[in-house]
Amino acid sequence: MNHPHEQTAVASTDSNKSQAGIETGLISLPAIFSLFFQIGSMSFGGGLAAWLYREVVERRGWLNPTDFLSGLALSQVLPGINTANLSIYIGQRLRGVPGAIIALLGLLFAPFFIIIGLAAVYAQIDSISWAHNFLCGVATAAVGLVLSVALKAIRHTMRGIAPMAILAVIVVTVGMLHWPMVPVVLCAVPVSVALAWYEGS
Amino acid sequence: MQGNLLWTLFLVVVPLSFLSIGGGASILAPLNHQAVAVHHWLTQREFVDLFAISRAAPGPGALLVALVGWKIAGWPGAFVGALGIFLPSSLLCYGVARIWNHYRGSALHEAMEKGLAPIGTGLIMAGALAILHASETGPGGWAIALAATAVLAWRNFHPLLILLAGGVAYALSAGLMG
Repeated sequence: MNHPHEQTAVASTDSNKSQAGIETGLISLPAIFSLFFQIGSMSFGGGLAAWLYREVVERRGWLNPTDFLSGLALSQVLPGINTANLSIYIGQRLRGVPGAIIALLGLLFAPFFIIIGLAAVYAQIDSISWAHNFLCGVATAAVGLVLSVALKAIRHTMRGIAPMAILAVIVVTVGMLHWPMVPVVLCAVPVSVALAWYEGS
Repeated sequence: MQGNLLWTLFLVVVPLSFLSIGGGASILAPLNHQAVAVHHWLTQREFVDLFAISRAAPGPGALLVALVGWKIAGWPGAFVGALGIFLPSSLLCYGVARIWNHYRGSALHEAMEKGLAPIGTGLIMAGALAILHASETGPGGWAIALAATAVLAWRNFHPLLILLAGGVAYALSAGLMG
């Protein structure tokens, strides 16, 4: 795996913990805005978390995979739209309060205007069924993006049987049986953390 | 009157901010109920149309709230809707992220991070299944999804290219079949 800015994510110091995002203090606010703006405007068909993983972890190396994925789990359990929460988490990690604000604004900026623009021309779009089919195709291809990112995440963060079993339980219960996500995750967290703790000690 | 309307909209949306867990589908039913039955801002047909538009746009689907605001009160309504749905939960999330990162480096934090990673990955995959389910595309959709997965696992194509190809492929096949 090729991490062009790995040093920024790895060179951590604990000297000043009160200042959030110290490890990655080199990343500028315009760079954060630009990334989230791009992802916000391109993420047709869903799969925002996969876009973020690809750009933040794989291509830019701003966060390591475990850092990102644990933040993702947090952002899904907390109240709020999960992609907004994930953006807040990443922004906070990178640059504290301004980072979080810029990340969320960047994420929402383009979609906010696009959605209202679409509503303004809706009467025309509604009559064209190929537009609907096109968007369905985009959504299913986005599933491919999501799954390919999940495969990479598995390769980079999971060692042993226990994490794979936890992963399978989540996919089956939440993804296939449509059990409510929050209770499932709240039950899975202590088990998974205990297993990781046991393995680490 | 306008100020009153915006204030009511804000008060309707703020609780939804804390109710919205996951992708935002959980706010649909209460938003629908408030906008149509309680406040008579929209007809049911108008609400369904706005929902379809929010699915077609990029970004979080919860921007539907901004769209409802825009429909009933123009641009100020759109801003108030977006602020109401994103601000409260974001403040909470910021606080938690900050506490979480404060303990970075401790052994417990490390175990929690490692333990949360497979759960995060599982939720990404469950999200993929949810998109497939919601798109109601059947076997054709599955085929495109699997092909896209294989292509992206094989080469690092730009995802936008893949999305475009998937859209064209599905529109063409649906057009040919009927």
